[in-house]
Amino acid sequence: MQTLLFLILFPILVACLLLFVKRTTVRYAVVALSALAIGGGSIYLLVRYALEGAVYFAAPSEAASLVMVAIEMGLALFIVYMGAKFRNYLAIALAAIQAALVVYLEGTFSGSLHAVNNLFIDQLSIIMALIIGIIGSLIAVYAVRYMETYHHHHPEVRDRQKMFFFVIFVFLAAMFGLVFSNNLMWLFFFWEITTISSFLLIGYSETEEATRNAFRALVMNLLGGVAFVVAIIILVATEATSGGIDLAQVLASGDTAIVLIPAVLIGFAGITKAALMPFSSWLLGAMVAPTPVSALLHSSTMVKAGVYILVRFSPVFAGTFAGFSIGLVGAVTFVVASAIAISQSNAKLVLAYSTIANLGLIAACAGVGTYMLVWAAILLIIFHAVAKALLFLGTGAIEHRIGSRDIEDMEGLIVRMPRMAVMMFIGIAGMFLAPFGMLISKWAAIEAFVQVPFGLVFIAILAYGSAVTVFFWAKWMGKLVAVTRHQEKVEKGFFEEPWAPLYIITGLVIAAVLLFPVISSILIEPYVLAIYGVTALMAQANVAIMLLMMTLLLILPVSFLLFRRSAKSLPAYMGGRTATPDLHFAGSLGLTREAQTRNYYLTEYFGEAKLFLPGAVVCTVLILASWVLAGVAL
Amino acid sequence: MTWTWLIGAVLFLVLAPVIGGLVAGIDRKITARMQGRVGPPLLQPFYDVGKLFEKESVVVTTAQNFYVLAYLIFIALSGALFFAGGDLLLIIFAFTLAHVFLVLGAYAVHSPYSHIGAERELIQLMAYEPMIILAAVGLYMVTNSFYVADIAVSTIPAILYLPGVFLGFVTILTIKLRKSPFDISTSHHAHQEIVKGITTEFSGSTLAQVEIAHWYENVFLLGFVFLFFSWNPVIGVIAVVVTYLAEIFVDNVTARVRWQAALKSGWFAAVLGIVNLAVLAYILGYMMTGGV
Repeated sequence: MQTLLFLILFPILVACLLLFVKRTTVRYAVVALSALAIGGGSIYLLVRYALEGAVYFAAPSEAASLVMVAIEMGLALFIVYMGAKFRNYLAIALAAIQAALVVYLEGTFSGSLHAVNNLFIDQLSIIMALIIGIIGSLIAVYAVRYMETYHHHHPEVRDRQKMFFFVIFVFLAAMFGLVFSNNLMWLFFFWEITTISSFLLIGYSETEEATRNAFRALVMNLLGGVAFVVAIIILVATEATSGGIDLAQVLASGDTAIVLIPAVLIGFAGITKAALMPFSSWLLGAMVAPTPVSALLHSSTMVKAGVYILVRFSPVFAGTFAGFSIGLVGAVTFVVASAIAISQSNAKLVLAYSTIANLGLIAACAGVGTYMLVWAAILLIIFHAVAKALLFLGTGAIEHRIGSRDIEDMEGLIVRMPRMAVMMFIGIAGMFLAPFGMLISKWAAIEAFVQVPFGLVFIAILAYGSAVTVFFWAKWMGKLVAVTRHQEKVEKGFFEEPWAPLYIITGLVIAAVLLFPVISSILIEPYVLAIYGVTALMAQANVAIMLLMMTLLLILPVSFLLFRRSAKSLPAYMGGRTATPDLHFAGSLGLTREAQTRNYYLTEYFGEAKLFLPGAVVCTVLILASWVLAGVAL
Repeated sequence: MTWTWLIGAVLFLVLAPVIGGLVAGIDRKITARMQGRVGPPLLQPFYDVGKLFEKESVVVTTAQNFYVLAYLIFIALSGALFFAGGDLLLIIFAFTLAHVFLVLGAYAVHSPYSHIGAERELIQLMAYEPMIILAAVGLYMVTNSFYVADIAVSTIPAILYLPGVFLGFVTILTIKLRKSPFDISTSHHAHQEIVKGITTEFSGSTLAQVEIAHWYENVFLLGFVFLFFSWNPVIGVIAVVVTYLAEIFVDNVTARVRWQAALKSGWFAAVLGIVNLAVLAYILGYMMTGGV
């Protein structure tokens, strides 16, 4: 239990310490060392508890719960203050409702608010802890140098780095708390901390846009928070059969009809946090924050909390129409967000839409909730976290060098920033190509949906969704690998962030593929087995083939040596009117003109304006349907 | 553990280029006859490829050779997996990977013509991907396995249950065989309006590799067609021949369409497949209950 408490409390300690650190070098040392400690702690957790299954800890409850309620009330007051300051009355109203509900809960059911076991650890929690502890803290390390450069580039933004790093580490602590809590009251407390943390981080630059988007994120997540409290109230009111606030007992409750309603409400909270449609706009708006924040929100924290809770409750959703409906919300989000990603040329927006799409896919798996789908969902969480962190951090580093985050401007990155281009290449491959991770999960999802009644609708959505996914990733990849002529290398800059975190995460993307059979057999399969009594696993032959493919991919670049000397080099064909090799041609009137290549964005078919509204409407209807269906089941 | 699967893979790797080249030769002969020409000798495709290998090695960037080699290797690998009796979905994903390499090769040269070819190739990929996945799912529903080895020996006449899926598959087969009206990224016909599309900058042995990869690919695709009829090998072979002849016919009587039409056709074909599967699942009660 000490390790659990360490992982929750140590980041808070570091956060407080960072409030007093002003110099970047000192901050870097503190953050790097703490990252080492946190990462090491989560790996120790793996070694210590991986083979033990679910372990529960009593943990002191009385005092801690009191402190939590006090902090919750303090945060509510803070939201009211901020809401008043920026005239966002909706935020005030939601915070007030939530606080009132918490007070009602504490007042009316004070006897039932103490779980026997407040903390626990099982394989799913270990996986989440590893993601938070390794990816999350690597992002924090990267952020130190990034923020230094950021303020150099943006002198107009007030330097609040002390607050920034304080929030980052509180965020990590809250995420650890969230995945270790067995007491739903605690879980809810940490849930709210992540909401506030992201609010503060998104609004960091204090511009009008940043503030507006921060409030949007806040309001949407508070909405989910309200649903969460209502769910707890229902659970506590029906404690005898539902299990009250003890997560393990709720999940094991025999009275599925009773538990389904709070599960759907908590699922709704998960949907808002995971930014599924129609709530996707908060995650897109979060792009205004400095890039490490995006990386954090998208890969290891925040949205992952949303899908974590969905996966936790998927045994309750399994086989119910309400769960099916939640799954459909995810599936529709997956296909619509993927399609919109085609029309985007801003790298961060493409990444954001792809995150939303993949969270949708995870929710689709969790909502339908058969054992194979839960297996696929957990795999998706892992692979997505690693690859997406790499892509965001890479985009941030590129933006600092070339001054743009537009994919069109990344043309020829392989010439200008070769190492970075290779890392981005691996990250993108990790998102959609065999034998990399995301594809394994998608494949598993297809095989699993085939065996579900009415699974055909998911299969159809996956088929179209994966087709558009290939399109938008491959054209980005193409831009990166274009070998442009006469361009300088800009890899080294005056403000050079150490790229160590990037190298490590790149290594993790590849390692995740090579180690995936081990990850599956040590962590995912036992978890699935413990809950469903059966487990999914990939056929040995297929694993071997994928390892073969991976090996081929790693060996193939050697062929570059073969081609090095032999060939004669010519400029590209320019209709017979080549002027210089860098795409200039002899135009009419003796003028030399330049040809440019641009990707297709097919806005007419896949534009945001065209697709967002229908997607949002369908998802809203499906969410309402999940409530109705849960009610009917009662 | 038997090693028969290895035989299938090796046979494919050795024989597919021969068969693929012959099919291309027959194709050109028949096409010529349809156009009232005599046509080249049957072995002309081999002569062409042989000659390409003798050409001087010329590149825009050396990277292009790498991508094309990767394309060839992964096409051969997916075909070999297919004839080894492997998992259809994995084969489809390896197949997609191969094509992404070809597209990257075209991007790498940074040339206006191959750039347009690359974009169009990606649109083609997007057009056929849903249907090819649905075809695999359809075969699974009927035969209860994703493995080619099981599907091939199934005694169930899959085609009778999957007419819509088959029709959809044949539609995207036109895209895959690079035949009119869907040969938008590159074409064997002279009336190609974007120079040579995706292969514009490939020459010599690199172009020869693209051609050989295409032969591998065609044999693999014809094998896929065979799966719909595999309960009776004789009918299966006849069906494959008829299908290919029909593709040649369509190739010669249609004009190239715009990419929008190609995309819509591919996606509509998939709708056809979905309707077929829905009927199978919900009306005929063919529950999608596979093995564990």
